[in-house]
Amino acid sequence: MNYKELAKWAVQYALENGAQACRASLATGSSSEFEYRDTQLDKLQQAAENSLSITLHVNNRYGSYSTNRIDQRDLKQFIKKGIETTGYLAEDAARQLPDPARYYKGDGHDLGLVDEKFHSIAADDKLALAKAAVEEVYGSDPRIISVSGGFSDGESSSYLVDSNGFEGETKSTYYNLSASVSMKGKGDARPESYWYDVALQWDELQKSGVGKKALERTIRKLGQQKIKSGKYAMLVDNLNVRRILSPLVSAMYGAALQQKNSFLLDRLNTQIASARLTLTDDPHIPHAMGARWFDYEGVATVKRPVIEKGVLQTYFIDTYISRKMDIAPTISGPSILTFELGDKNFDQLTAAVKKGIWITGFNGGNSNSTTGDFSFGVEGFLIENGKVVKPVSEMNITGNLLTLWGGIAEIGNDPRLDASWRTPSILFDNVDFSGL
Amino acid sequence: MQRRQFFKTGGVALMGAALLPQILESCGAGSKEGLAAMLDHFGVSQSDLKKVLAVALEKGAGYADLFFEHSFDNYLSLRDGAVNRAYANVDYGVGVRVVMGDQTGYAYVENISLNEMINAARTASRIASGSAPGAPANLTERTFDNNYPVIAPWEDVSVKAKMPYVQKLNDRIFALDSRVSKVSASLNDATSFVLICNSEGVLCADYRPMAILSASCVMEQNGKIENAYDSYAQRKGFEFLTDDIVENIAQGAVKKTAIMFEAVKPKGGELPVVMAAGGSGILLHEAIGHAFEADFNRKNVSIFSDKLGKVVCNENINVVDDGTIDHDRGSLNVDDEGVEGQKTYIVTKGVLTSYLHDRISARHYGVAPTGNGRRQSFRFAPIPRMRITYMENGNMEEQDIIAAVKNGIYAENFTNGQVQIGAGDFTFFVKSGYLIENGKLTQPIKDVNIIGNGPKALADITMVGNNCKIDTGAWTCGKNGQGAPVAQGLPSVLVKKLTVGGES
Repeated sequence: MNYKELAKWAVQYALENGAQACRASLATGSSSEFEYRDTQLDKLQQAAENSLSITLHVNNRYGSYSTNRIDQRDLKQFIKKGIETTGYLAEDAARQLPDPARYYKGDGHDLGLVDEKFHSIAADDKLALAKAAVEEVYGSDPRIISVSGGFSDGESSSYLVDSNGFEGETKSTYYNLSASVSMKGKGDARPESYWYDVALQWDELQKSGVGKKALERTIRKLGQQKIKSGKYAMLVDNLNVRRILSPLVSAMYGAALQQKNSFLLDRLNTQIASARLTLTDDPHIPHAMGARWFDYEGVATVKRPVIEKGVLQTYFIDTYISRKMDIAPTISGPSILTFELGDKNFDQLTAAVKKGIWITGFNGGNSNSTTGDFSFGVEGFLIENGKVVKPVSEMNITGNLLTLWGGIAEIGNDPRLDASWRTPSILFDNVDFSGL
Repeated sequence: MQRRQFFKTGGVALMGAALLPQILESCGAGSKEGLAAMLDHFGVSQSDLKKVLAVALEKGAGYADLFFEHSFDNYLSLRDGAVNRAYANVDYGVGVRVVMGDQTGYAYVENISLNEMINAARTASRIASGSAPGAPANLTERTFDNNYPVIAPWEDVSVKAKMPYVQKLNDRIFALDSRVSKVSASLNDATSFVLICNSEGVLCADYRPMAILSASCVMEQNGKIENAYDSYAQRKGFEFLTDDIVENIAQGAVKKTAIMFEAVKPKGGELPVVMAAGGSGILLHEAIGHAFEADFNRKNVSIFSDKLGKVVCNENINVVDDGTIDHDRGSLNVDDEGVEGQKTYIVTKGVLTSYLHDRISARHYGVAPTGNGRRQSFRFAPIPRMRITYMENGNMEEQDIIAAVKNGIYAENFTNGQVQIGAGDFTFFVKSGYLIENGKLTQPIKDVNIIGNGPKALADITMVGNNCKIDTGAWTCGKNGQGAPVAQGLPSVLVKKLTVGGES
């Protein structure tokens, strides 16, 4: 029995043994990893895996179960046990499979997420990339303590089928090349930085320069120091915007709203951010990280505005939350988030700052999901009169996410294209920094 | 990809509040005792193990080990007053590791057959390139003290028997405070069967239980909404569930949420910080614990790489990383490379006396491994990890420590922390605490991050209380993409100066 047949069989078997509805997902994947450190291979790893996840609807009750023991004999016992367990739970009539009218119908173009060459790339060529990333810089500066280069790749596929008639498959491949450099700093400090490139296709992976970039990023942060507390403009580079966007997006999820655990409760169609912010969920960009035709329920993804000129346009509502809150469903979560871009590149944004801090990394911190208050550790560079002056670290930023996103001064024109959240660099006004 | 990026930022983090989607009931787990039963459980014989180890050493590597694991995670969840969701996960497989000096080859399979294991061993063996094959020693069973004997194994307990405790937790929280508007509660029990053998002849087994009961509570007052979370975790069977722990969690969640309405954000900047006894051990975990993990030190990339044998703090301070506390979440009878669970002094009278070792780093430094070689599952090669990290008692009363501070912060509840190993900058997020004004706790505070530098913060601990408490929350430590259950503790201490987030 192949995997698709096995998943279909599992749904059928559940229906025959007491479930009224069922969804099964069979995931398979393989991966490899090579790490080269200084002058030798440090680690190699290879693996392949499979697992079956099944959700069971039994007499208005709901449970979900997963296992990597996908032998049919084991699965029979597993599914029966799952049905028995589900039967003990309290009823929850909101648990239903989606309305089939909302399913993806299988008519979309190929999203180009799979590299047909995946299996023909030799292990030696992969290792050679990790080694070359190290050799680009190892020994080139007496302050270097250690250099690591890593290559990892993988392919994965997931087949989704349910008893309401949905059937769909997603497949993708990825390649990742990274380097990190550790250097002798002031006193006992050994500052470290990194760089990486990631691609869905082997031919699109940047195969050189990653080591050099990691070294540059480490050298520029040597001599980091804490500076005076106060209000500064904050320029967050495109690599790091995700950290402050993430709690804003989390607050749009139905599960948080239904539990009153969101500072965006009752804020639909209201101004939650600066009019400079327009954010779109754009799921069908070819060859893009995060592209997909349907979500975990099989519901078709569509392009949809999330925030338009600062006004919140949607919550992320799946079938369950929709029934639970008695509101229309949207989609369980965003696929690819794109920003309406400004007209300045990163250097032009920097030049516009009189007194500010450019954030190059976050260090811990958290935010309060019901109030939007946040406090994060940061490192970066002081900017004065449009010039990067010195590296700073060991500082915190503290505030409220609504105030922060309400205070956007400029949005850059430099979105990350190698991530599902295509964040550009963003300049914020008046952020509280704590330091000396 | 995420894993890789996470690693490359040098990030190691500790998550308290994060509820990992853990989890049901076993489907025929077999006996929990005895090596023969465990070999039987995985359907392998000692001669199979030796064959696989021999293949692993075929290319001349010096060491190889096999880690078999079968784990059952059950998760029961309550929302809106009803226990209406169950989740369970079963995971099964074996990891083959081959070590050549500091170098590691690793492969794992989910289908435990001799053929598949031999293929995995062949893959992992490629880390070595010699021609003279090594020979595995004869396997001898090792047994260890049991730090977590189980009375009622989770695999014998039905969901029906567990549900009333989760329900009671919900009902108690609502009963305790009329401002409560939402409660989410969950019970997570997990059971792992582990079998380990290596080319040096070690053969051992462990049966690892884990239980977490937790609740998150939302309250509303005058149009404001706040929430907080409390949890209790132990390595126990069904006997873990008692009315007492339900009551403690209910009270903890309500108290932590209620204080949020009174709390404000403090003014930020450098301030003296008194760490309350218990969860404050997060300071040790982040400020020094990770930086003492010997993989970072043998690679020379930790800020403490040159500090072994040197004074790192006040001479009255002792810091321990312990795997032997009865039923504690961080305890281990045996680590994930077959080394006995033990108590390790990492700071003795102010001197850094030991790093936390796995086999690779122990060999590198020429010392005995300390039982810190841990992994998230058979999918990962082991690396040095903390267990239960705490500071031994000093001789001060907490009130005298607070009385010594004119203007500072008292940090009491925490959600998460992080550290940069090389730079030494570490952080922890204070969910709630108090201002200290003229030697007294005054205004409650909330939601601030505190940042410091490991060696400086350690040297800045000037007072140590006599009230050490090991926190029993469900802490999970993340490193190189691997999660591991840990615990930490601290007596009340004064850190002379840390940077507190806040308004300017």
